[in-house]
Amino acid sequence: MRKTALDCVYKLGKIDERVVFVGSDLGPGVLDKMKTEFPQRFFMEGVSEQYIVGMAAGLAMEGFIPYVNTIATFLTRRCYEQVAVDLCIHDLPVRLIANGGGGVYAPLGPTHLAIEDIAIMRALPNMAVVAPCDADEMNRLMMSTLEWPHPIYIRLGKGGDKIVSEDKNGFELGKAIIMRSGTDGMFVTTGVMTQLALETADLLKKDGVNVGIVHMHTIKPFDSSGVISAIENVKAVVSVEEHIVNGGLGSALLETCSELRPDLLSKIARVGIPDKFATEYGSQNSLLKHWGITSDTLVGAMMKKLGG
Amino acid sequence: MQMDDRSKLLRRYVIDAMRGGGRGHLGSSMSMIEILRVLYDSVLKFDPTNPKSLDRDRFVLSKGHGCLALYAILADKGFFPISELESFCRPTSRLGGHPERGKVPGVEASTGALGHGLPIAVGLALAMRLQKRNSRVFVLTGDGEINEGSNWEAGMAAAKHKLSNLTVMMDYNKLQSYGKTSEVLDLEPLVDKWKSFGFVTHEVDGHDVSALEAIFKKLPFSDSAPSAIICHTIKGKGFPFAEGNPEWHHKSGMTESDIQQMYDCL
Repeated sequence: MRKTALDCVYKLGKIDERVVFVGSDLGPGVLDKMKTEFPQRFFMEGVSEQYIVGMAAGLAMEGFIPYVNTIATFLTRRCYEQVAVDLCIHDLPVRLIANGGGGVYAPLGPTHLAIEDIAIMRALPNMAVVAPCDADEMNRLMMSTLEWPHPIYIRLGKGGDKIVSEDKNGFELGKAIIMRSGTDGMFVTTGVMTQLALETADLLKKDGVNVGIVHMHTIKPFDSSGVISAIENVKAVVSVEEHIVNGGLGSALLETCSELRPDLLSKIARVGIPDKFATEYGSQNSLLKHWGITSDTLVGAMMKKLGG
Repeated sequence: MQMDDRSKLLRRYVIDAMRGGGRGHLGSSMSMIEILRVLYDSVLKFDPTNPKSLDRDRFVLSKGHGCLALYAILADKGFFPISELESFCRPTSRLGGHPERGKVPGVEASTGALGHGLPIAVGLALAMRLQKRNSRVFVLTGDGEINEGSNWEAGMAAAKHKLSNLTVMMDYNKLQSYGKTSEVLDLEPLVDKWKSFGFVTHEVDGHDVSALEAIFKKLPFSDSAPSAIICHTIKGKGFPFAEGNPEWHHKSGMTESDIQQMYDCL
C-alpha cells in the first residue's frame, strides 16, 4: 500500500507540476525515480517534522500540492500544532501520507503505533481523513487527490494486503462503499479492517447469518447518509477499526446516529483498540489478537447484538 | 535614540488600536516599529491595491503577538483604512490579537503560536525558486520565540537549500513574557548560533532607521546562503514606563488613563 502511494506521487508529479514530495528521513531509494526525473520537486528534509509541515504549508501557499510522507506517529503527535495551524487554519492542499496506521509497527512498540491518529486528525477543522483498504483503493484515492482543495490525512495499512476493493466501486472522497449487502447485520469498517470484516462475514454466512460490510474509506468528511442507509434496515451493527475506540470510526458512527437517527444507537457495538498503550510487541496480527480485534471477537460482537 | 515624527505616528496608530480593543502586546509591538517601518518604506516590493500580486516580496510576521505594529504599517501603506485600527479585537473585526492570512490584506501567514514563521518562510522561499521568481522572503521572529526548536529545524534547512532569497530578522529586545531572555532561556551566543546554522549574520540597532536601511541594502549577504539580521531593540520602546518592563509585554483591561498615558509619551 505504501509503495502504491509513493508510486502515485511519482505519477502525479509527472502529470502535474504542482506536485512536490517531502519526506523526513525515509529509507534509502524512496522515490528515486522522482528524485532523478524532477529533482527540484523532491525534498528529503531530515528528522524535522515540525519544520516539514510548515515548509509544506509555505509551498502550498504558492500553489504547490505537497505530498508529505513519514511514519504516522511522527506526522500526527510530533507536529500536531503545525498540522492544526499551518495546514488546517490556512486550509491548504497538503497531503499527509502516514506510514503504519494501527499496529503495523508492532515490534517497535508504542512510540511507533499510531493508535489515536484518526481521532486527533478528524478533530481538526478542514482536515479530511482517509484509510483505504488495499493497494488498489490507495491508487484510486491518490489519483483523485489533485483537486481536493483542503488538507488530507492518508492512513496506510501494512504492505502486501490482499486486494478486496473493486474498480467498479470507484473512489469518491467522503462517499461510503457498500462492499457487501447484508440482511441480518452490517460491519462498518475502515482501512484494512474491511478485509477482516469480509473474512468474518464469510464465516458467519456458513452459520446462516447474513452480514454485509459498509467500507468507510473516508472517516472525515463522514458519509452520514450513506452509512445510515446501509445500517438502518439490519438488526445489528458492529464498527471495526484498527484504532483506539475513543474518537475514531466507531465514535463518528455513534455521533452521526446520535444526531440524525438515535433509534439506531442501541444496535451498534464497537470493536477497536482498548484505551491503553500496547504492552506487547510481536507482529501486527499478534497485536490485533492482543487487542481483541479478530474474527472471533467480531463474530461474538455481532451475534451478541443479534441476540444470539 | 530620539524618535522622529514617522516613528511617533506609527506608534500612535498602535495606541489607536489598543484604545479600540482595550488590550494589546504593547512592549512586543513597540520594539519592532522601526524594523517594519524600514522594511515597508524602503525594502519590500508590494502593492496595497493588489496584496496578492505574484511578484511581491513576502513578509511573514512570525511573532504574531506583535501584530499591532504590523497593522499600523499596513494601514499606513493603504492595505486597509487607518480608521479600521480601532476595531482591534472586536468580535467582527478583521484585526485580531494575532494576524490571520485571508482576513487582513497584506498578512501572509496566520501566526501567534510561536515557531511557525520560519518553516513557512522556507517553503515560500523554495516556492519562489521553483517558480523562478525574484521575490524575496523576510521573516521576523521574536527572541523568546526562538526557544522553539522548529526555528532551528527550519534554519538548518534554509542553509541546506542555500536560500539566499530568505532573510530572518530577530527582534532581540531581551525580554520574554516571564522576564529576561538571559534568565529564562539564554540565547547567547546568538550571532554565533545563527552563523553556525549557516546564515550570514549581521547585527544592527533595531531602532536606528539609517542603520536599518544600510543593513537591508546589503541583502543578500551571500549568493549561496540565507541571511540573518539580529536587531537589538528595547521592549516597549518610546514609553518609559514600559521600556524593559515585562509587565507591559501584554496588557488587557486598559483604562482611558492608561491610553492617555501612552499618547502623552509621543
